[in-house]
Amino acid sequence: MSGVLRAFLGGGGPKRGPKVSLDGGISESPWGQARRRFFAGRMGPLGLGILVFIFFFVVIGSALLPFNFYHVPQPDQITFVGRGPAWGRPFGETGLLQLDVLTLVVNGGKASLAIGFFTAIGSLSLGTLVGVIAGSFGGKVDSLLMRLADIFLMIPTLFVVLFLARILQGAHGGGIWTLIFVFVAFGWMGIARLVRGQVLAIREMEFVEAARALGVRPVRIAIRHILPNAIGPVVVSAPFVVGGAIISEAFISYLGFGVDPATPTWGNILSESAKFLQQGNWWWMGFPGLFIVLTSLSVNMIGDALRAALDPRGAK
Amino acid sequence: MSTTKKGLVIDVRNLSVSFGTPGGAVKVVEDVSFGIAKGECLAIVGESGSGKSVSALATIGLLVKGQATVTGSVLFRGEELLGKPESYMRKVRGGGISMIFQEPLSALNPVTTIGEQIAEVLVAHGRGNWKTAHAKAVEYLESVEIAQAARRAKQYPHELSGGMRQRAMIAMALAGEPELIIADEPTTALDVTIQAQVLDLLRRATSERGTALLLITHDLGVVAETADRVAVMYAGQIVEEGPATDVIRAPASPYALDLVASIPSYARRGKGLSTIQGMVPSPANFPSGCRFHPRCRFAIDACATSVPPLEQHGSGRTVRCFRADEVAAGAKATRKGTVAK
Repeated sequence: MSGVLRAFLGGGGPKRGPKVSLDGGISESPWGQARRRFFAGRMGPLGLGILVFIFFFVVIGSALLPFNFYHVPQPDQITFVGRGPAWGRPFGETGLLQLDVLTLVVNGGKASLAIGFFTAIGSLSLGTLVGVIAGSFGGKVDSLLMRLADIFLMIPTLFVVLFLARILQGAHGGGIWTLIFVFVAFGWMGIARLVRGQVLAIREMEFVEAARALGVRPVRIAIRHILPNAIGPVVVSAPFVVGGAIISEAFISYLGFGVDPATPTWGNILSESAKFLQQGNWWWMGFPGLFIVLTSLSVNMIGDALRAALDPRGAK
Repeated sequence: MSTTKKGLVIDVRNLSVSFGTPGGAVKVVEDVSFGIAKGECLAIVGESGSGKSVSALATIGLLVKGQATVTGSVLFRGEELLGKPESYMRKVRGGGISMIFQEPLSALNPVTTIGEQIAEVLVAHGRGNWKTAHAKAVEYLESVEIAQAARRAKQYPHELSGGMRQRAMIAMALAGEPELIIADEPTTALDVTIQAQVLDLLRRATSERGTALLLITHDLGVVAETADRVAVMYAGQIVEEGPATDVIRAPASPYALDLVASIPSYARRGKGLSTIQGMVPSPANFPSGCRFHPRCRFAIDACATSVPPLEQHGSGRTVRCFRADEVAAGAKATRKGTVAK
């Protein structure tokens, strides 16, 4: 994390070179090189800094300011206009139930970030698994898995997401996990195709043939030789998946098909606030919106920096 | 061939390889036979596309089934390898027959340390578990004369020089204690000074262990320095085979003669480099008769119509040429060639 701090304080700071050991030897794995290139840039550490800040803000904030929809005190008076930001309520209060927007934002952030990260973990793992299996086994297995991916890609995702979200919400009483499930179920295909393509290219490479020529087992070749060399694009796409899921959640919740307002998310806070925006509650929409924008911006910055760091042609 | 059948580590008989193409099957290797004894080094020489590498890959069963059809016989330790199941071949590869590739940077996994890649071969052939294999890997790196082997073992391929990478590849090939090592142009990607070191190391490492070495190269200089015997391949066939010094000193086939003549030499300084005119024919349409006849300076009418057989020529030598005796005796070319004798 020192790289992050340095990026903040010193505007990029001195460029770090590879570790040099006492006997003058240099040893650095390709991953180490990528890490160094990542932290040598400005955008990557800055994006990571913003994301880490949001993460802690949300985690600590939601611990200090818990939110329970069913124990919200009834206001004496229902108003359409909430109270604006002031000391003691920096993000203002909403209209109607007069909820503290800061409380909503940190608790909503917890849900939104969870949706983003778990969707990314789920769809990247599933996609990588399918891609590696399809690419390594080839033949019938490959055709079957890729046609399955085609079928999933053929279905208009938005329609299915809205439809399934509503059905599953009904069955499970609403929550973020149904949404994550739907996102993963319809988010693995791109990654699977990406990984499959990588595997097909890498398994023709000479070091894979060399490993075969020296009697290394196929499973080990797949895990130790092909996968680590194929994983780069997956790493690059990971932040974009996180950002995409957070925005999709906001989008779907805005349409009213997402997570139930009893569990605040940045998306459904926006959705509620939109109904009373004309009354002038800019803070109600502004703060959750700002966090969505900041999160999305930071993950995109991280993703771009990762791409630059993992692409040897762009090596500095 | 000329050696007795007994005592051969590998005995390849009438090996033919054809690839299926949209225009029908194309035979890229035809009727190739060779044998290598314990501790001996056989070099296969030929131009690009002459079938050297394909013969080697066919020997250890690394050609993709369904794409290549391999016929003939490959006897390793007296056992037929062709048609053996993949699980059996996996044991042979690395443990019985190892392979060294041309370009060490692309033949080493970029994201795995050198030590681990050697350890992997040890583990794959039951020569240790993961705990002991890393220490053994360092020993193998030392045995290929890599300085500070323990530190090098923890490094990645991109952190080593070209020569060191090829030494590491040799260590990997030795790690399974094979009886035969196939080195496919092991020095082509290296500097000339490093080439000599690596060849010397490879030759010493194999003869100390009594490992047979099949050296595939297009460099006759390499052959002269390293090999005991040489097989010259042209267009998928062996055209001349015999003791390396004899073949290089007095080639009996026109192709080998021209190859030897094309080696740049100090004695011929000031004159242009000699070349063999024309191109290696495509396997899809090899010429009739002797495959070299359109480019041959000694061609006679018979060469265009009938295929010369591979015949005994002197002691321990076989040659595929109707005029082998005349060529060896220094006959005048029948047509104007590019080589000034």
